[in-house]
Amino acid sequence: MIIPLEHFLIFAAVLFVIGLCGTLVRRNIVGILMSIELMLNAVNINLVAFSRSTSLDPVTGQIFAIFVVALAAAAVAVGLAIVIALYRVRKTICADEISLLKW
Amino acid sequence: MKFDCLVWLIPALPLAAFAVNIFFGKTTGEKAGWIAVAASLLSCVIGLALCAQVWGGKVFAASMPWFDAGESAMRFGYLIDPLAATLLFVVLVVGTLIQIYSVGYMHGDARYPRFFAYISLFMTAMLTLVISDNYLLFFIAWEIMGLCSYLLIGYWFEKNSAADASLKAFLTTRIGDVGFFLGILTLFHITGTLGFSDMLRVLDPQTNSAIFQHPLLPVAALLIFCGTIGKSAQFPLHVWLPDAMEGPTSVSALIHAATMVAAGVYLLARSFTVFMYFPTVLLIVTVIGTLTALMAAFIALTQTDIKRVLAYSTISQLGFMVAAIGLGSPAAAIFHLMTHAFFKALLFLGAGSVIHGTGTQDLRELGGLFGKMKSTAMTFLIGSLAIAGVPPLAGFWSKDEILLGAFMESRWIYLALSTAAFMTAFYMFRLVFLTFFGKPRNTHIHAHESPAVMTLPLWALAAGSLLIGLPGSVWMHHTFQSFLHLGHHAESAAAGMVMNVSIAVGLAGILLAFLFYVLAPAIPAFLGRILKPFYLLSQNKLYFDELYSAIAVRPFNQLADSVLFWFDKNVVDGLVNFAGIFTGFVSAMVRRLQTGLVQNYLLILFAGVLCLLYFEGR
Amino acid sequence: MRIAVSDASFTPPRVQGRNTRKGLTTLSMMPPLEFIIKMGIYALMTVCVAGALLSVLFRNLFHAALALTGVLLGIAGIYLALHADFLAMIQVLIYVGAVMTLVIFAIMLTERFGDASLRQFNHQSWAALGGGILLLTFLVRMIQTTPWPVKNQAALASPAVTVVQLGEALLGPYVFPFEIISVILIAALIGAIVVARKDLEA
Repeated sequence: MIIPLEHFLIFAAVLFVIGLCGTLVRRNIVGILMSIELMLNAVNINLVAFSRSTSLDPVTGQIFAIFVVALAAAAVAVGLAIVIALYRVRKTICADEISLLKW
Repeated sequence: MKFDCLVWLIPALPLAAFAVNIFFGKTTGEKAGWIAVAASLLSCVIGLALCAQVWGGKVFAASMPWFDAGESAMRFGYLIDPLAATLLFVVLVVGTLIQIYSVGYMHGDARYPRFFAYISLFMTAMLTLVISDNYLLFFIAWEIMGLCSYLLIGYWFEKNSAADASLKAFLTTRIGDVGFFLGILTLFHITGTLGFSDMLRVLDPQTNSAIFQHPLLPVAALLIFCGTIGKSAQFPLHVWLPDAMEGPTSVSALIHAATMVAAGVYLLARSFTVFMYFPTVLLIVTVIGTLTALMAAFIALTQTDIKRVLAYSTISQLGFMVAAIGLGSPAAAIFHLMTHAFFKALLFLGAGSVIHGTGTQDLRELGGLFGKMKSTAMTFLIGSLAIAGVPPLAGFWSKDEILLGAFMESRWIYLALSTAAFMTAFYMFRLVFLTFFGKPRNTHIHAHESPAVMTLPLWALAAGSLLIGLPGSVWMHHTFQSFLHLGHHAESAAAGMVMNVSIAVGLAGILLAFLFYVLAPAIPAFLGRILKPFYLLSQNKLYFDELYSAIAVRPFNQLADSVLFWFDKNVVDGLVNFAGIFTGFVSAMVRRLQTGLVQNYLLILFAGVLCLLYFEGR
Repeated sequence: MRIAVSDASFTPPRVQGRNTRKGLTTLSMMPPLEFIIKMGIYALMTVCVAGALLSVLFRNLFHAALALTGVLLGIAGIYLALHADFLAMIQVLIYVGAVMTLVIFAIMLTERFGDASLRQFNHQSWAALGGGILLLTFLVRMIQTTPWPVKNQAALASPAVTVVQLGEALLGPYVFPFEIISVILIAALIGAIVVARKDLEA
């Protein structure tokens, strides 16, 4: 390995934090979904990096990365469907304008 | 045929009938009675077959682990020895006959299926109690019986008197039950077992004399006797039984005459090993029994309600049985229990038939029913002869047995019990003469005979009252007593004398009643005037209700009204209100966190994660 | 270039921690190809981070989506560097090919909300930023202090995981999660259709 494990981890951590911040501050729900994708990808990088450089079977990490990709695809499909439905009903896709579910 | 596998069916069948009638009462409707009877009959068949085997010398016993309590494992199972078999016989035969009778008696009642559901549940409990082989199961069944008693006394709960009576019965017996339970615990503490057979083994003076030095053992015996006092309506907790007559008459016959109240005596006979080495305890038992017998008979002399007379008679007869236990002859007590179950059930059912036919139970309105209700009158007369102690009917043999035991122990007890026996004969025939002879006192009553479904059980019970005493009689060489194996039968040269005296006492009572209520009806009124204090004493049941009301009920009510009401209003309610107000206050604060904005929640979650990381990674 | 010089026998992670790595030797001779690759990877990482920042910060959502596409492609490159060839392909196919297409589709459908003239960030931006920096600091510190059980040099040189291996693993030890994932995908697809379709009654 030419690049030490730590660098990959830090890289993934940076991506994760950026994604997290995006999730927290974006008003647009589609933007939030995109930020979530970013976080998931950061996690995937971690999985692959670990599987590559630690003594475990490298297949394991990649398998789980594949699972994450599949679930992320499902999440995006459902999430965007919800966005569309929401847009149709409420005429808005701003997360901070949707606050009916409270006292 | 192997019967061991069928034993559990005996209580299970009535339980099934209970389940059917309580859950599908609307569907079963008029068939409810026959469902209960069918279950009972099946149990009866199995039970009688078992009893026959036990009579042949077999003992059925089995047990399996129940749960572990500390170091000792609780077991539960059944034990059908001669004692249990006797009770099984009585409960099944009398119980089944009474249920058949109830089909007619309760006909047209609004809650007909529920009545039979309760009765079936009662049968389940009673049969479980009889065949149980340990105190714990015994106690559970005992309490279920108490519940059934409560439910059935208050069966017509629209009547305030019935509701009150059920409550009174429940609470009064509860006092005894607490004692009983404490007794069981004490006994467990001393012996480390609750099984009847194990108890016999542990409490053996030959192998284990040290245990008799334990200071708590007589206390345990007395506490167990408390259970009997409550359940068998002994002095001073007898007050509930007369009021229990508010229930349907067949209930009075089954629960409050033949079976449940006799369970207390059965308990004493079962626990006799605990009692028999303590003369003081036995003396207390004897005195209470004798006192109860005498007192109840005295009260019964002047009661005007046909069922109340019988209720006091029951208390009195139970007093005889308890006294017999105290006198050291449980065999005589169980013998009397058996005969009493038959003739007292017969008398109650006869009374029920009278009530059914005339619509009243007040002796002052009845009279001259002999012609109109032949079957009822005939069977009632047989029952009365049996309880009065006229040979060769059942009651004579068993009562004579008790009197003989008393005669050998103490002349005073013998005298008291003989007096009670005399009064028994008197009040029973007062009842007979006032009800069936003379002229009708209330001409508006048009009596009619009850249907066959009611009179057939009467005749069956009458046959029982005639014959059931014979196995224990001199003529059959006390076969029954030796079958019971409860101590050897007392043979005494005085037996003949005691027997003659008891015949004389019984006949004298009958003749006196004949004189008072048929030949010269003026005498009772005259006596009532000159012996007014005694008359009032008897009429007002020795003022027990008033006494208890003054010393227990009223002070407690006042306490509840004043102090406890204040406490409830301010402290208990205050606490509850405080909980509500506090919750409201806090939630008004906290609900501001719920903004409805998803990202807000996420931020808070994130903050939480950061805190965790901080504390973990510090 | 730093190379771990621990024993061949892999051991206790505690021993082989940061301390051991203090004694890493730098090879004096660095092959130019490896150097180029290494630099390339770091450049890729930089591009990814920049793209990620842009995708979060762009006010125009469509531009943000394009930036994110770039990031995803870059991550595919990272996968290649990690010898995860199949995963890199999947990354391109599924993320860039399918997911981002969907996202852009949704952005088009809800066009006026992707407009830069609207306020695109909510009121908790500063709190999120502060929290993010805190978390990042913590993560970096943790990554540096944790004694990762890194393999020795020989193992690191092992060949890339082949598709065959992945396939065997998916249908071997991981067949159960694999099947569950397929059920979830079906459910998600049906759910998405049900949620998104026009209400027939309305």
